[in-house]
Amino acid sequence: MSNNKQRSADPAGQHMLKRAEKEGFETVWDRYEAMLPQCGFGQLGVCCRNCYMGPCRVDPFGNGPQKTVCGADADLVVARNLIRQIAVGSAAHSEHGRDVAHALLLASEGHGGYEIKDEVKLHALATEWGIKTDGRKVNEIARDIALMAENEFAKQHGDLLFTKRVPERRREIWKKLGVMPTGIDREIVEAINRSHMGVDNDYRSLVFSGIKTSLADGWGGSMIATELQDILFGRPRPLRAKVNLGVLKKDQVNIVVHGHEPTLSMMLVKASRDPDLTALAKEMGAEGINLAGICCTANEILMRHGIPIAGNHLHQELAILTGAVEAMIVDVQCVMPAIGELAKCFHTEVITTSPKGKAPGTTYMEFHEEKAYDTAREIISKAIKNYQNRNHSKVDIPQEEMDIVAGFTTEEVYNILGGKYRPSYRPLNDGIIAGRIRGVAGIVGCNNPMVPQDFNHVEMTKELLKHDVLVVETGCAAIACGKAGLLKPEAAKDFAGRGLQEICEAVGIPPVLHIGSCVDNTRILTACLEIMKEGGIGNDFNELPAAGAAPEWMSEKAIAIGHYVVGTGIFTLLGGPPLPILGGKNVTKLLTQDMEEITGGKFVFEPDPIKGAHKIINHLNKKREALKLKPMMYPVEVDKGVTKAEAGVPVTV
Amino acid sequence: MKKIYCEINKCFACKGCEIACAVQHSESMDLYQALWEEHPPFPRIFVKSKAGKSSLLYCHHCDKPKCVAACVSGALTRASDTGEVILDTSKCDGCWKCVAACPFGVIIANHDLKKAFKCDLCKGYDMLACVKACPNNALHYCTQEEFQQIVKESSMKVKAGV
Repeated sequence: MSNNKQRSADPAGQHMLKRAEKEGFETVWDRYEAMLPQCGFGQLGVCCRNCYMGPCRVDPFGNGPQKTVCGADADLVVARNLIRQIAVGSAAHSEHGRDVAHALLLASEGHGGYEIKDEVKLHALATEWGIKTDGRKVNEIARDIALMAENEFAKQHGDLLFTKRVPERRREIWKKLGVMPTGIDREIVEAINRSHMGVDNDYRSLVFSGIKTSLADGWGGSMIATELQDILFGRPRPLRAKVNLGVLKKDQVNIVVHGHEPTLSMMLVKASRDPDLTALAKEMGAEGINLAGICCTANEILMRHGIPIAGNHLHQELAILTGAVEAMIVDVQCVMPAIGELAKCFHTEVITTSPKGKAPGTTYMEFHEEKAYDTAREIISKAIKNYQNRNHSKVDIPQEEMDIVAGFTTEEVYNILGGKYRPSYRPLNDGIIAGRIRGVAGIVGCNNPMVPQDFNHVEMTKELLKHDVLVVETGCAAIACGKAGLLKPEAAKDFAGRGLQEICEAVGIPPVLHIGSCVDNTRILTACLEIMKEGGIGNDFNELPAAGAAPEWMSEKAIAIGHYVVGTGIFTLLGGPPLPILGGKNVTKLLTQDMEEITGGKFVFEPDPIKGAHKIINHLNKKREALKLKPMMYPVEVDKGVTKAEAGVPVTV
Repeated sequence: MKKIYCEINKCFACKGCEIACAVQHSESMDLYQALWEEHPPFPRIFVKSKAGKSSLLYCHHCDKPKCVAACVSGALTRASDTGEVILDTSKCDGCWKCVAACPFGVIIANHDLKKAFKCDLCKGYDMLACVKACPNNALHYCTQEEFQQIVKESSMKVKAGV
């Protein structure tokens, strides 16, 4: 008998879990509990399956073998595994970027139904990349950008273009460490090569190679995705929307889009507004078409079109369990293989669209960027026809539906803070210098059944807000806090400390800014660049009173992101499980202690969200002191210091 | 009396039981924190494998325990009602006579703590750590009769091609 409050802190989640239990539907939580206890060797990273002299394992307690068959010790095994994970995570983001570059190329040639929405950003990027813009047509410039972006993947020489954005001293650090990334595909391939049996046998060398690969993601693949998506689909603007399962409507055709690439989801948005299709929906007896999203693709269409979000990662099965979903359309990443089987218990059709993302028990309708709009119409049409098959007596949609404000970007912050005529980051910097805002924290990342759904995101965010930390969020974390009501402007009154409240009220923003999907974590990097340019609070990333956290992470993408943030010089806290490196004591020491002297960033593992918030707060205080900023204007009475953070123990006892 | 029994043909010698036993008996009882403890945790159950065949070593609670006979400090006793062989660590002198006496070699001489240890059937816990941890459900905590029944059912499943 499972306690649903332990499984999800979200009342909508609890509601659906009750149904699942009552009616005997298997969910990710059941599968997680059945898997316990999970393999200790795997958790510690000391299992090696790279070659077939093995597989091997190193005994973490020192009783059994301490060296694998080839002679690797625990640190080497851990390090080889780590860079494979970074390579996979970077590959996922980078393929996304590649697909966006391809879509931009198509748009420049007038194919597929893609248009170029943001000419301002187009011109800005073209100028940055040295592309001639005078007297040239938009689509010519776009073509050049797309080709240059595609070339970033194939490059064999030179530095990745976006690394030029970074302050000179940071570039020097990267050059000195040998981690300046060259070509996106190349860095991923090199990492995989190094992890092969008998290539890179030095754990330090491997860790830095991993950082290089991750930088090719953060300042490469992911950043290309964000910037080119803005050009293609428009830069997001602040808007109001709704989030949680209550956005599904009993009298409409509910189409849930899940996965990551807006090249698909944007087209679905466009097709869902087609008057022919709306008429078809009415013919089927529905009031209309209701598009809703799950995971990052949800964030993409939320940020630009205000499309409601049905939920985050752990809601993907629960959405199907409402019995109200005509189709769940998926592309790539974070899609559980279980949904095909589950959907069969209802009329729901799971439609896979990517040749890279097939699944059992689903209908495959291949999405080609070349015929994007036509394919999108076909898919929506199929979903609408499925409305006839809905069993209305089996429908159970929880009532939870929360208002949110989303759509913040690096560029938008200028406008918000300074207004139309004097856009500037000055008010933010001044707020930090004067002590109204302690610093900025980026709370990002996934859901994980190891943690009650959303609990860590919400508790950590609330604790940070209480201490005047401005929080920016992406991905499933942003959706989590959205569901809990932290993305409303009113949230400042309820949750923020006095200094943060004053800024939020003056400017009209929520205390938590939703800045997008997981590739949009690069907006955190570009925002930091603007903050540094504006001046007064640090000349490199490691000097800023800033920190990142992924309180419920689970994916290899998160491992890649964590490494590019640490490699860029920012403190990164992981909740939920630690990185699978603790079996390698030296690797652990390198990433959680020594790295601070080397790149300025480091990893901290802390399963408790309140303790984690305080470790972040301590870090921000440390940075403020080093910059000799004014003390906090409205100090919070209980400023708990957590001394174990510096004691060298990577996991709190 | 209930004891640990193993369907040895299901054992892959993955050593999940060893890790679970060590963590269960550690101070923190958490895998990640156990690594940092002053006294490294250690298992009371051992997996060996040769030529693809596994063997599992742990205290069998002998009817005529040689370890009890060898013990000079009275730390080792046999409960007359259950037949369980109990090691009271607080009375152990670290003389290692029991270690030498055990015909299965399952008593551990821990030189760090200077005391002997053996499987204690996870006294005080709701489930045996090794039994819970086995990914193949090869380990069982039951009576001999119950185990015979389990083996019978398993072999019937095999015959039926399940």
